[in-house]
Amino acid sequence: MQHAPQEIYLDANASEPLRPAAQRAILESLTLPGNPSSIHAAGRAARRLLEDSRTVIARTVGAAPADIILCSGGTEANAIAIAGLSPGRRVLMGATEHDAVRAAAPGAEILLVHPQGGLDLAALAAALEGKGPALVCLMLANNETGVLHPIAAAAALCHARGALLHVDAAQAVGRIPVDLGELGADTLAFSAHKLGGPKGAGALALASGLAIAPLIAGGGQERGRRGGTPALPAIAGFAAALAESGEGVAQLAPLRDRLEQGATAVGALVCGGGARLPNTTCLALAGARAETQVINLDLAGVRVSAGAACSSGKVTQSHVLAAMGLGALASCAIRVSLPWNATDAQVDGFLAAYAEMAARLAPAAARTISAA
Amino acid sequence: MIYLDNQATTACDPRVLDAMWPWFSAQPGNPHSTEHAIGRRAADAVEAARAEIAALIGASPGEILFTSGATEANNLAIKGAARFAGSRERRRIITAATEHKCVLESARDLAAEGFEPLILPVAPSGAIDHADLGLALQTPTLLVSFMAANNETGFLHDLGALGRAAHAAGARVHSDLAQAAGKLSLDVTGLGLDAASLSAHKLYGPKGIGALYVRRRPRMRIAPLFSGGGQERGARSGTVPTPLAVGFGEACRIARLELAAEATRIAALRDRLLRGLDARIPGLALNGPPAPRLAGNLSLRFPGVRALDLIAACPELAISTGSACTSADIAPSHVLTALGLTAGAAAASLRLGIGRFNSAADIDAAIDMLSAAYARLAPARAEA
Repeated sequence: MQHAPQEIYLDANASEPLRPAAQRAILESLTLPGNPSSIHAAGRAARRLLEDSRTVIARTVGAAPADIILCSGGTEANAIAIAGLSPGRRVLMGATEHDAVRAAAPGAEILLVHPQGGLDLAALAAALEGKGPALVCLMLANNETGVLHPIAAAAALCHARGALLHVDAAQAVGRIPVDLGELGADTLAFSAHKLGGPKGAGALALASGLAIAPLIAGGGQERGRRGGTPALPAIAGFAAALAESGEGVAQLAPLRDRLEQGATAVGALVCGGGARLPNTTCLALAGARAETQVINLDLAGVRVSAGAACSSGKVTQSHVLAAMGLGALASCAIRVSLPWNATDAQVDGFLAAYAEMAARLAPAAARTISAA
Repeated sequence: MIYLDNQATTACDPRVLDAMWPWFSAQPGNPHSTEHAIGRRAADAVEAARAEIAALIGASPGEILFTSGATEANNLAIKGAARFAGSRERRRIITAATEHKCVLESARDLAAEGFEPLILPVAPSGAIDHADLGLALQTPTLLVSFMAANNETGFLHDLGALGRAAHAAGARVHSDLAQAAGKLSLDVTGLGLDAASLSAHKLYGPKGIGALYVRRRPRMRIAPLFSGGGQERGARSGTVPTPLAVGFGEACRIARLELAAEATRIAALRDRLLRGLDARIPGLALNGPPAPRLAGNLSLRFPGVRALDLIAACPELAISTGSACTSADIAPSHVLTALGLTAGAAAASLRLGIGRFNSAADIDAAIDMLSAAYARLAPARAEA
């Protein structure tokens, strides 16, 4: 039997490993028997935990607790915002948005991005000149490249034109400081399991006083904005992970930079640039298909992805990289995303596997680089 | 604290915690990242859980969609069936006055989309009059939705007969099984259900996960409530929460194996509770008939007192006036008023829900606490 290689998990943008504080909070809340809507002592204890968690979550993104809708995750949070705000408005969205946003407004007008991945603000300004009130949907950080859109500048343009701005911050919250007011967003969606919390919880933060219709009706929970018994253990873990993540994961930037230097030295090209998340890089290897790279790295014990996790197994060309004008290279890029607990040794392990793979799959790319 | 509110939520079974815990600790990975080994392990765990959920209700694994809970599953079934059908001939959606709020609101919300929700009244027992349903079905009907077990009174509908009538009229049948699954033996195929909603935290699993059964043959079609990454066959996007799914699966496995013996044990505790209270509280009345009813449920009227005062007088007892969702509401229970109770009688009613972790000693202590509190609150009547 072959010796199983040490696993190196570098697919944090698909799902972050659980933070220890989140683990503890989940374990404690799993032993609470009550329903937060019940009025007896067990219910009140559950309610207290729910509201304390909500306060932590709200404070982290600069919102009031009453303006937080807790739900099942980032996809649902995006859907609540877009379904709630889009009636009577035309929808504009960036070309590199996540499928959760793209699918929520299939007829949206698409805003171009620069080759580096950032939003073309001139394209937004021009699109806002169009008729009728608009809802603009932009992600704060891209899930495949980590590129940050200039949200505050986009918000100023939106508000000058009476447009609402929804921001999908699923990849950003917990990794970089995010403040609803500073961003100027009307709604902000984020997800627990992208920041070291558990899967099964997410939140939509609303600008002060913004009303929104429910997507899931019934029961009157979340001030009538989202029915269903709250997922208490997941929500408690969500808040604990946020509290533990503090100012974010800036400490990962040097690791990520070293990983990029090592990869480019053997032929990789980094897709996207400008302001980026500290933990993410998107590496293209000319001539080597992304799925082939992911399989090769998987066999070497290195877990990365060819893009978003959602489309499960079926690797299609990344719409993100295509929108950045990468052409054929868009099919040759993998996403490497460092978890909050990434180590130097994991970067070393990745680089060893990557160099071996690059030499085998794309010797031409490696030669070009070494000749340059 | 004696917990007798097992219809609001149940404590996680320790075996469920044990099954979930590895997925909360050592295992990162997104179950949809099937490109790599960590993702595939999570995906395998999710699929094993799906098979356990299916087995509990006699479905096949491919007929189970994960949701965040029964509320979402009910919304998805009712709105999803209507929106998939769109503007065709069948626009009527029939449900009953004693359904959970989320079913009633989902049906009512569809009026704004051109559908015709019809809420049937119920008899004082909680039963739907088959003649009423027959009359309602004379208008071409898209969907009927009736719960298997009521969340306040525990009353069990005759789902098989209701479903046959609906099918004979060409309608599809959805049932909210949140209170019934894991408590009584259910077979969606035998019952002829086209869709059915489940909740993990009502059967000793975790909060934050549920499922919708969607029949394959003949195929039930639904439109998603929201879209995105296309998980759960496109019917429900969003990352499936692996640990919660694993816990739900384990809860269903335990329920499938232990349900029959547990129902007998809990029914005996329920009868002991009723006998004990009945002997000490004159005029005590049961809402709904003694049978058919969930083994663990009692909905009781305490004459001359307010149920909220009784709850306040028994701080060591976790009990409720009715549905947890609306327990802080001042309005009387819509379920009890649908049975014909006056607002005053509804306000004098308590729901007692006995569960897996209750003992005979719990029941005896609850009898003492409730009858003592009742005597304090209604001394004149208690002495009479």
